[in-house]
Amino acid sequence: MATTEEQRLTYQQATWNTGAKRDIAVLQELVRKDFKLKYRRSVLGIVWSVLNPLLMMLVMAVVFTHFMRGADMPANVYPVYLIIGNITFGLMSSATSDGMWSIINAAPLLKKVRVNRLVFPVEKVLFAVVNFALSLIAVALVMLVCQVPLGWQAIFLVPFLVYFLVFCIGLSLLLATLAVFFRDVIHLWGVVTTAWMYATPIFYTLDLLPATLQGLMKWNPLYQYVDYFRTCVLYQQVPSLEANVMCVLMAVVMLAIGLLVFRKNEHKFILFI
Amino acid sequence: MAIIPNAPDSGSILTAHEVAPDAETLISVNNVSMIFNIASEQLNSLKEYFIALVRRNLFFKEFRALDDVSFTVKRGEAFGLVGTNGSGKSTMLKCIAGVLEPSEGSVTVKGTIAPLIELGAGFDMDLTARENIYLNGALLGYKKAFIDEHYEEIIDFAELRDFQDMPLKNYSSGMVARIAFAIATITEPDILIVDETLSVGDFLFQQKCERRIQELVESNNVTVLLVSHSIDLVERICTRVAWIEKGELRMVGPTREVCDAYKALGA
Repeated sequence: MATTEEQRLTYQQATWNTGAKRDIAVLQELVRKDFKLKYRRSVLGIVWSVLNPLLMMLVMAVVFTHFMRGADMPANVYPVYLIIGNITFGLMSSATSDGMWSIINAAPLLKKVRVNRLVFPVEKVLFAVVNFALSLIAVALVMLVCQVPLGWQAIFLVPFLVYFLVFCIGLSLLLATLAVFFRDVIHLWGVVTTAWMYATPIFYTLDLLPATLQGLMKWNPLYQYVDYFRTCVLYQQVPSLEANVMCVLMAVVMLAIGLLVFRKNEHKFILFI
Repeated sequence: MAIIPNAPDSGSILTAHEVAPDAETLISVNNVSMIFNIASEQLNSLKEYFIALVRRNLFFKEFRALDDVSFTVKRGEAFGLVGTNGSGKSTMLKCIAGVLEPSEGSVTVKGTIAPLIELGAGFDMDLTARENIYLNGALLGYKKAFIDEHYEEIIDFAELRDFQDMPLKNYSSGMVARIAFAIATITEPDILIVDETLSVGDFLFQQKCERRIQELVESNNVTVLLVSHSIDLVERICTRVAWIEKGELRMVGPTREVCDAYKALGA
């Protein structure tokens, strides 16, 4: 009946995850949960992750092809241009709007179990990335149909995803923290997202803008990320050093802000959720 | 470190699982005070915040949920917390569980914690019982291999084999509680926190839960921390009890002494 210290340790090691391992296990289970719930009871299920960006692109192509007549772009390039802009923006928008709610929605759990609170916003971003990865299939299909070749430069999608993931995590951490203390942020963010979408060349091209606005555009992080993606996939070029520097810089600054705000306030969350 | 199971003094039931005097201290609560600002907790919008900022003095209202509370709990002890409603018992538990930081003082906890607070709080009602077991297990910090290995045991304990692939939203509250209890007690944690959870579920399941808690207590490895309004339950399970009243620690000592004093309140 008496247990030695050694036996107890062995038992503990077989049973419990600690530190980062525990966080990773929680992340895995949460992403799995979100994924299952997203497609439960839908006939097409996971196919929607591919179909949705395709249909969105079609609608926008029909609406904006006329509008884009002034731009200097071959007709077969525009659908690819559109879908890349759309899914990139979509990743940011779903990652941040879900991430913003993550702490509030995890309230029953946070009041009960000691978990690393960081996992909740991060999980929402990872879940958005999983969906983004699936919508890359849609991009491939559109490229095939529009006869846009795939160059080796597409390998730069990997650094792109890393930069953008870090940027979205930073932004989600910031929003999740703000939303806990001021629910106004939730309402406001919807408006900001819409404004941001129009302020980013997703369905229009940069050269349609007045020169002053074009100069300002490089400070729009979304423009930098969308442009990076288009450069390596649509235009089959290696992204410039400047583009890489800007993307890294924006990601690091965003993450630093998000982490700082989150870490400074997380011990107060429980009082407000 | 050796732990002596069942001390030879078997004259009294209360000393049946007395811990060795040299058992290591798992929980130490040092001069803990918890102060809530009742006013600021209601500020949920920017407008309210700015108004409060301008009229700061009008809006500060202090509430002491805990006031300078200190005690320690050793490995293998079954420690009870009693007190009338709103006296700060749950706040104390939350500080020990590590979800709430005390305003003053400190809480030091060694080892793993399995909380049984608000059963089913981490569940997703759209997931099946099976999926929830894995999700909740991960949240509690269990390894996946460990859950795989003990999955059948959890289902058997909860007596819900026929319903394991049904979404939880179709379960009754008692059934949800069974699952939650089964997951939390499948391990032998260092510390098991039990807060009023036995009140849900039918009397048979309540008995079963109590037996399981007794088993864990008797293993002498698990420290059980129990908060209950059922003074009988506290008397049956606990070896030592702390009585907290209006945030202050009134008494801490052997179960019988403290419970008698507590019960004298109603006399």
